[in-house]
Amino acid sequence: MQENVQLQVSGLKKQFGAETVLDGIDLSVHKGEVVVVLGPSGCGKSTLLRCMNGLETPTAGTIFLDGEEVTSGGKLITRLRQKIGMVFQSYDLFPHKNIMDNITLAPVKVQKRPKKEVEEQAERLLKRVGLWEKKKAYPRELSGGQKQRVAIVRALCMNPEVMLFDEITAALDPEMVREVLDVMLELAEQGMTMVIVTHEMQFARAIADRIIFLDHGHIIEDLDPESFFTNPNTQRARDFLQTFAYEKRRTNE
Amino acid sequence: MQDSGINVFFMGKNFLRLLEGLGVTLRISLIAVLLSLPLGILFGMFMTWKNPLAKAISRFYLEFIRIMPQLVLLFIAYFGVTRALGWNLSADVSAVIVFTLWGTAEMGDLVRGALISIPKHQYDSAAALGMNKAQTFGYVVVPQTLRRLIPLTINLTTRMIKTTSLVVLIGMTEVLKVGKQIIDANRFEYPTAALWVYGMIFLLYFLACWPISMLARKLEKRWR
Ligand SMILES: Nc1ncnc2c1ncn2[C@@H]1O[C@H](COP(=O)(O)OP(=O)(O)OP(=O)(O)O)[C@@H](O)[C@H]1O
Ligand SMILES: [Mg+2]
Repeated sequence: MQENVQLQVSGLKKQFGAETVLDGIDLSVHKGEVVVVLGPSGCGKSTLLRCMNGLETPTAGTIFLDGEEVTSGGKLITRLRQKIGMVFQSYDLFPHKNIMDNITLAPVKVQKRPKKEVEEQAERLLKRVGLWEKKKAYPRELSGGQKQRVAIVRALCMNPEVMLFDEITAALDPEMVREVLDVMLELAEQGMTMVIVTHEMQFARAIADRIIFLDHGHIIEDLDPESFFTNPNTQRARDFLQTFAYEKRRTNE
Repeated sequence: MQDSGINVFFMGKNFLRLLEGLGVTLRISLIAVLLSLPLGILFGMFMTWKNPLAKAISRFYLEFIRIMPQLVLLFIAYFGVTRALGWNLSADVSAVIVFTLWGTAEMGDLVRGALISIPKHQYDSAAALGMNKAQTFGYVVVPQTLRRLIPLTINLTTRMIKTTSLVVLIGMTEVLKVGKQIIDANRFEYPTAALWVYGMIFLLYFLACWPISMLARKLEKRWR
């Protein structure tokens, strides 16, 4: 099992000023594994993901990707980031480039791959998410759900080994959530290693191999989804799940 | 019409002189704009520094230039500096200096605005795609900044052209001054000359600024 570890987080701490957001996180993500990170708002889920691809510098601890240290800083990080795709909650396409150029920019300019080959890959991926006919459109001409699917394609075109998703459906209208989640489900089926932050509990349950529950800077639950959703170990997690449950409160007297 | 003021344009070199007057205005504006562009870009980048001293300096400079009427600055540069320091600045040079100082401040503010309007997640997503600082700047930040900046810069240029008519007050013979001379010289022969001359000046300014404004409008539409 050990040599299968793709992403290894050890003793990760992150402080913002006096505030300790992550307080000793240990986590191994295996190849092909889908880990869903849950937790109350502000518990540090985004911070954890941002540390994983070096957008935040940890206060202490290490993160290794395939045996290379993400946290070592310097030039290595731009190379490692090519192996870790990330999609954010905010629509983050480049507004001055059309869809095709958004996708091909980094593979061509950063990875120095031939434009033709990248475009062929982009075509395959765009067709897969049903957006090939939008290749010449600009981000402002797309719906939120379409933009997020393009953002996924853009990250995939770098041929990453791990994908990080930070609440990528949180800003979407409900009817667009599905089309984005479906793309992620398909990715999971194909064996992509993924770390996902989401507030969609049904989706989490369906896609996860493993659920991580963060609270006060610690991982307090690390369970398979069935156990987590039916019988979590901690009261904290039970309370959290309770906030997603709706009960009929009105009684007819 | 025997005494139509339009005749003043055909007397001697009057029309040519008017054009030359406009040329003076345009030349000063153009030089000032060309100097303000690079200086303004540097100043704008300086304005985004978080260092409190840098902030105070840039704030003071911008406010000072904005509060002072350009006319006062012109007088300070032309008369004040000449008297106080004994430098003999020509009207030309004083005007270019003042309008460059002004243009740098305004341009800097535009650059600052364009730079801070690039959302943080644009930097983040560029970084997440493995771009280094130079690539992020070159492919993501600068193109977006320029798009926002070019129409604004063009508008600044037309403002500059209009404002440079102030140089008449430090003795330069620009288009308004020439116009006044023509009117004065023909006061008795062509009483309507004033209308014609100022009308023509209006037209000349319009012809100089309108294409520039149109270009700005077009670019703004194209780039939204
Ligand atoms: N750049 C920063 N500077 C200062 N504090 C920050 C910064 N980024 C995050 N924080 C703080 O760290 C804590 C965790 O933030 P984070 O965004 O990781 O939470 P989250 O679990 O993703 O929350 P949400 O579910 O609302 O997205 C918050 O209290 C936040 O205020
Ligand atoms: Mg978050």
